[in-house]
Amino acid sequence: MSETLLRVENLKKYFRVRGSFTKKVRAVDDVSFEIFRGTTLGVVGESGCGKSTLGRTILRLIDPTSGRIIFDGRDVTKVKGKALREYWRNAQMVFQDPHTSLNPRMTIASILLEPIKSYRIYVEDEEKFLVEQLEMVGLGKEHLYRYPHELSGGQKQRVAILRAIIVKPKFVVLDEPTSALDVSVQAQILELLKNLQKIYNLTYMFISHDIAVVKYMSDAIAVMYLGKIVEIGDADTVFFNPLHPYTKYLLSAIPIPDPKMARDRKKVIIQGEPPSPINPPPGCRFHPRCPFAMDICRKEEPPKIEVEKNHIVACMLYAKK
Amino acid sequence: MQSSGEKVVLNDGEVLRVEKLEVRFYTYAGVVHAVSNVSFYVREGETIALVGETGCGKTITTRAITKLIESPGRIESGIALFRRRNGQIVDLLKLDDEEIRKIRGDEIAYVFQDPSAALDPLYTVGYHFIETVKAHRNNVSKKNIIYLAIKLLREVAIPSPEVRVKNYPHELSGGMRQRSVIAISLSNMPKLLIADEPTTNLDVTIQAQILELLQELQKRYGMSMILITHNLGVVAETANRVYVMYAGKIVEEGNCETIFYNSAHPYTQLLLKAVPNPLKKIEKLESIPGTVPSLINPPPGCRFHPRCPFAMDICRKEEPPKIKLDDNHYVFCWLYTKR
Repeated sequence: MSETLLRVENLKKYFRVRGSFTKKVRAVDDVSFEIFRGTTLGVVGESGCGKSTLGRTILRLIDPTSGRIIFDGRDVTKVKGKALREYWRNAQMVFQDPHTSLNPRMTIASILLEPIKSYRIYVEDEEKFLVEQLEMVGLGKEHLYRYPHELSGGQKQRVAILRAIIVKPKFVVLDEPTSALDVSVQAQILELLKNLQKIYNLTYMFISHDIAVVKYMSDAIAVMYLGKIVEIGDADTVFFNPLHPYTKYLLSAIPIPDPKMARDRKKVIIQGEPPSPINPPPGCRFHPRCPFAMDICRKEEPPKIEVEKNHIVACMLYAKK
Repeated sequence: MQSSGEKVVLNDGEVLRVEKLEVRFYTYAGVVHAVSNVSFYVREGETIALVGETGCGKTITTRAITKLIESPGRIESGIALFRRRNGQIVDLLKLDDEEIRKIRGDEIAYVFQDPSAALDPLYTVGYHFIETVKAHRNNVSKKNIIYLAIKLLREVAIPSPEVRVKNYPHELSGGMRQRSVIAISLSNMPKLLIADEPTTNLDVTIQAQILELLQELQKRYGMSMILITHNLGVVAETANRVYVMYAGKIVEEGNCETIFYNSAHPYTQLLLKAVPNPLKKIEKLESIPGTVPSLINPPPGCRFHPRCPFAMDICRKEEPPKIKLDDNHYVFCWLYTKR
């Protein structure tokens, strides 16, 4: 079961800043992790922490600055041409906003046929095939020849998900797939994603700023802050036994839909906002906001410490003295 | 604007009482019944939350109170009694443009969802304060307003406010912009603050800061607050009383805890089950089948009946009455009528 599908090693993605040769945005900085086949890795963090860039870099939609991406036993960091297309067939993406990710001038049928044609997948009866597929995501024949504007937000996202999985990929990056949707519709989409995962043994990377949703969807959670993974581990472990001060802070900031629990819970409120990733603070990037910051945090980058099995935290507090 | 038969009065300790508000939009596609028969009240110093999904009419309801409905929208009927600072009670919906302008931004202030759109990119933060105060009190000098601005910006936890008053909106981060908007809305010491999704565009950590800030300011200034949100977590953390809206109508009202632990309306119950609580172990999220109906031809009877698992014959024909279940707990649902 626990067979690695995707391994990322020391992945970096720096963006050049316009008008400067030296300044760089360190959007993803030295990130390493593994995702096991058939499981979901949730990636959480505030806006600008590099979680979307991480997803896009892994899918080679943008090229990494350095590091390695190993997918299904093959190094895909530098593959080109046919091999890259082969990788893309196995690794797909669902974007945040279904209103902009679907072409308004194409019918649902032609949107869904595009990947089929592009990857030269043989389908005997196109219409029958599409109807079967649509029914799997809770849509039907009546939607086949409609345009995206005739569908609701939830229905559009169903089409976007189907477009990604119609080529039978092994891995799907879900970049905030429910952020643009209402709660009642969000629940429908999350259930759909879970069902599809079971049917096709899909592996997900679920990117979201909504920690409650990530918790619900994921087997493992990675917490990102300014381009770095500060803590990664099993979902329950990270959630109920968070170690990094930032994770604790992030978890205590989620509004809990339960008035008693919300009142009784201990709150860690840290002031300030994340600094710019152009000139990140030296040492641990969280130290300017961290209530436990020590001298060493200001100077040295914290090591990755495996506190228990599958639970890694990058924080000086847990380093052996 | 006609008033209903019985006389509506503002009870002691209430700032605002809205009765039978009806707002329609006359579009080419047809008449949109955006808000139908909405009644609610706000007591002094309390926070009420209007909760509901996109298009349920929660924003339109509050905009109607201060007559911010633009064509093709029209306020058809209703009463909105408001207790002014000088103790005078006025019906906001009967005031003319000049009179409502005196109240809007002064005694009733708004914080809108998108702080970037609420601030004018061509003016500094300080100028926004000057404009807001001058509109209502022309005798205050600019210098004094800037002092006030610095004081308020400090209160909303903006670092080095002396520098920030001279900044343009693009020089501030999203969180700081929203803090500035809150500070600006407080510059006339409003009696009632309407916060329309004040944290929806912000990160959770900033959201936690802003919510904490709003609660603190509310205590300090004794304001009343109407919080509009779709996030039940935010409601649980901040509201005293909750009104749940669906398709332009209020379906249930009650104290915060009543709504979360003893909700009566099927929609409220389903909505609560659709939100993952990260502190609990959840096996399966309940989802509400179907989607929100179009308000051009809303379903007859109870507007939730097409999605309701308990729908009966009567639900499809007649509008559900308002039923009192407990003190402060009302539900609009046929399930609770005595047979």
